[in-house]
Amino acid sequence: MELIKKYPKLFQWLFLLIVFFALCFAIDVPETYKFIRGQAEFVKDPNQSSFVFLGKEVRYYAFDVFWRLPPLLGWLPIWINDSLFFLMNEWMPIEFWNEDTQEFRTRPLVLQISRNLTAFMTFLIELIREILLGGLETIVAFTSWDWIDKNPWAELPGLPWTIVAAGSAILAYKLSGKGLALFAGLVMVYISIFGQWKPSMQTLSFILVAAPLSFIFGLGLGIAAFKSKRVEKALYPILLVMQTMPQYAVLVPALVLFGVGDHAAVIITMVVAVPPMILLTILGLRAIPPEVIEAGRMSGCNNWQLMFKVLIPTARRDILIGVNQVIMVCFSMAVISAFIGAKGLGFNLLLALNQLNIGLALEAGLCISLIAILLDKMSLAWANKQTDYFGNLTFYQRNKNILFFVATVIIGILLAYVGTFLFKGSYNYLFEVPHNKGISTADFWNKGVDWIFDTFFVYIKAFNTWLIQDVLQPMRALYLRMPAVATLVLVVGAGYLIGGIRSALVVCGLTLFIALSPWWDRALVTAYMATFGVIVSCIIGFTVGTLCFQNKHSASFMLGVCDIFQTFPSFVYLIPVMMLFGITDTSVLIAVIVYATIPATRYTIEGLRSVPVGLHDAATMSGVNKFQRLTKIEFPLAFPHMMLGLNQTIVFALFMVIIGAFIGTEDLGQYILKALSDKKGAGIGFTLGICVAFIGLIFDNLIRTWVEKRKKHLGIN
Amino acid sequence: MSEPVIKCEAVYKIFGENAKKMLQDSNGNVDAKTFQENGCIVGVNNASFEVSKGEMLVVMGLSGSGKSTLLRCISRLTDATGGKIFIEGQDLLQLNNKELIELRRNKMGMVFQSFALLPHKTVVENIAFPLQIKGIKTEDSISKAMDMVKLVGLDGRENYFPRELSGGQQQRVGIARSLAVEPDIWFLDEPFSALDPLIRKEMQDEFLRLQDKLQKTIMFITHDFDEALKLADRIAIMKDGIIEQLDTPANIVLNPATEYVRKFTEEVPREKVLLIEDVMDPSTTDNLGDLKVLKDEIIENVAEKILTQEKSVAVIDNNNKIVGSINPTKIINTVFGGRKNNN
Repeated sequence: MELIKKYPKLFQWLFLLIVFFALCFAIDVPETYKFIRGQAEFVKDPNQSSFVFLGKEVRYYAFDVFWRLPPLLGWLPIWINDSLFFLMNEWMPIEFWNEDTQEFRTRPLVLQISRNLTAFMTFLIELIREILLGGLETIVAFTSWDWIDKNPWAELPGLPWTIVAAGSAILAYKLSGKGLALFAGLVMVYISIFGQWKPSMQTLSFILVAAPLSFIFGLGLGIAAFKSKRVEKALYPILLVMQTMPQYAVLVPALVLFGVGDHAAVIITMVVAVPPMILLTILGLRAIPPEVIEAGRMSGCNNWQLMFKVLIPTARRDILIGVNQVIMVCFSMAVISAFIGAKGLGFNLLLALNQLNIGLALEAGLCISLIAILLDKMSLAWANKQTDYFGNLTFYQRNKNILFFVATVIIGILLAYVGTFLFKGSYNYLFEVPHNKGISTADFWNKGVDWIFDTFFVYIKAFNTWLIQDVLQPMRALYLRMPAVATLVLVVGAGYLIGGIRSALVVCGLTLFIALSPWWDRALVTAYMATFGVIVSCIIGFTVGTLCFQNKHSASFMLGVCDIFQTFPSFVYLIPVMMLFGITDTSVLIAVIVYATIPATRYTIEGLRSVPVGLHDAATMSGVNKFQRLTKIEFPLAFPHMMLGLNQTIVFALFMVIIGAFIGTEDLGQYILKALSDKKGAGIGFTLGICVAFIGLIFDNLIRTWVEKRKKHLGIN
Repeated sequence: MSEPVIKCEAVYKIFGENAKKMLQDSNGNVDAKTFQENGCIVGVNNASFEVSKGEMLVVMGLSGSGKSTLLRCISRLTDATGGKIFIEGQDLLQLNNKELIELRRNKMGMVFQSFALLPHKTVVENIAFPLQIKGIKTEDSISKAMDMVKLVGLDGRENYFPRELSGGQQQRVGIARSLAVEPDIWFLDEPFSALDPLIRKEMQDEFLRLQDKLQKTIMFITHDFDEALKLADRIAIMKDGIIEQLDTPANIVLNPATEYVRKFTEEVPREKVLLIEDVMDPSTTDNLGDLKVLKDEIIENVAEKILTQEKSVAVIDNNNKIVGSINPTKIINTVFGGRKNNN
């Protein structure tokens, strides 16, 4: 009795676990149980039950309700599908003037909007692409095909690669200095020499369109949310879901609305990239000291002047960090949106992976990672750059970068011109190195992979078998053995113990959505893979973080490594693991672990660093040794921040598990991938995406609530 | 006397959702405790006062006493919940947004505790900012701003950014910015509180020099009683949103209205605050020594001279007319024993 009074929380948790396990044992696996429960399709199977809701028929394998809840939400994907179809093809037919046929045509409004948007996006992408690579679509857009036939000189020639390389070096120099300039130049030269110029520029043009558009929309919505509580409240749930929504899942509805191609990729990238921009804009504007706002008001600013002359310049750094985030999301999407036909490095990467040509995949992956690192560093340098005073500089000093660029353009054109004489009859290497004429290392890598396989096959195989048979399969079986009701009780109980009735209700709602969808079993598989990844990642991350923290240099080195790893588009992680482990669950899990270890490590170091110096000194003066200081002072204080790291680790792990479907897993991701190639997949893909997002949000809610309580308790903010 | 520049009539500021209704129900009889129980926090409670042209009113109070809130009501950075505020006869609370902006662009200047400079603008650009907001051409505003730079003694640093300046220098920029539009009314919200003691003293002297030259109507907020005594024409002492006493420094030291005010005055060295006039005996004008002192002198400055005398000393006004006398023992009493006597 006394023990219970002393540790009431502990006993509450114990009680919850006992109830959970009791329920697990009380509810047996029904004999008719099959792995897939809901169909939401019209597979006629005499064992299936069915119900009709909103005119949509849902068929499923019925079990004991305690074991698996019936898929009452099975109608949702079908309904989403039908609604989308109705919106696109039937809703609000309006007459539009058609330029080509010179007559009015009746078209549904949404379809017309989608077409116009598509045309606009395509034009933007083509414009930038043709500046970089040459072409005639842009000129044609302003004139006509006949005109271009008569005036063949008007075709855009594209910039020689030398100019682009020098231009990016100059820009990097202006933003940061010699180091970054050198890096920028080397990256561009590398890309060119290795024959990746064209796909790289395609990817770059994609990003140069998607990133600015995302920035504008994100900034606008962020300002709106800052000014109006109502807008903020409306945006908040969307932002929350988008943070944990796997990027795959958004692709599917876009496919229906905008079709296949670069334009759809840009639009969908905006959907993913705008939320972080909104968040950082709000954050930046909120962080402005109230006195600066008051100073602006007392200077007689009206609302417009206050926003654009006082608030936004003051929040400049946070907003530019938002730009950095946008660019990173764009890179990650540049690969993923290759699934819906975006051209560029991502497409090559995907193709190579599909053909199991690891060498080619590595080349493309390396290129996209290099460009990502370059743009990441450049945008960060821009954010951290402080304005300088220009008033007393001469014309030359003020404009020297522009003058340099003009000079390089002239030199580049001259070089390209000289090149036409040098490389008569073959390709002009001073203009553009064609894809198949560059130096290729693919063979080398492929041979390397073969060698690894030949040499270590036995060991890899043994490890693989051990992991799958002795660890993964039992764990998977355990997860699938959890009855729906027991899981619900566990999650809701945890919610109640951590955050009270409010948290319990939120978590209950999120879990019920997944449990009532047709994919509960699949969600369990996703959860099991993510759990495994998170546990291993946390062990590694917390250990590495703690060890690196012991020394100042190793800590900042590790943070730098985390920075670089984080800029890699998530898909790139699949390349090396496929190289080593082939197409197995092990590959996915290792990619998950590598990817999810990044936030675990980073937050551990940051958390330990944030322990106040005063406390360190106080501890030292009380005579603690290193180990005592770590366990008694640093860990307890850093723990809330480390838990936020755990939160991020979970999100990262979920992302990677879903992307891992590309290699072949049996979870929600696999269904999302299937939905991508299904004409009627939009509803399924979207609902699945929400399911994954909700798994993330359940943990997000629990962890955040706990961290906030803990921080309040410790008195740190 | 002409119309006061700032005039407050029963101003209330109450934070909370149904503050307005609660204030109406209370009939002007606001009790902080009952309001707090209903989820409202009283910022300013029934403030009435006037500030006349060229006068410096210092509002003194500890943190949370509502002094900054009062200032923000008068500059209408927040809207007062109840009461009336007149700026040169104009009813401030009736102004629409456009008129308010017009008023701020031409009549008001404000200095902030944390300086509140724009980080992306240079010193001179910061100072020119209110002028540019008004729509004055860049060159004119910059040249006007350069005059202000010189006024606050920052010449040579006009192209620095705020991040490159010390705290004292930053506040000089803040002061220059608030003066750029040549306002009639000058609000200062704890302008020197974030500065080191030495710099603070320097800035106070600088501020007095400026005010001597410019003769603005000033509301100055501080939590430092010594600062209030040094600068003020009149002091308002606030506690829990209520103005406890509003009077000249000498009167506050001599006749504290409440126990709270008395606590502040206890430690104040009288000889530094009081004038001869405040302690002289106006009835006795004969049998005096040869020494004469001006009635406007601060006691500290002439105490030594008076104490060398045996007889009472004649007190004269500016016209050299004897208006009273002062006995050396009175000086000793004021300096050493005065506090006890007042109890």
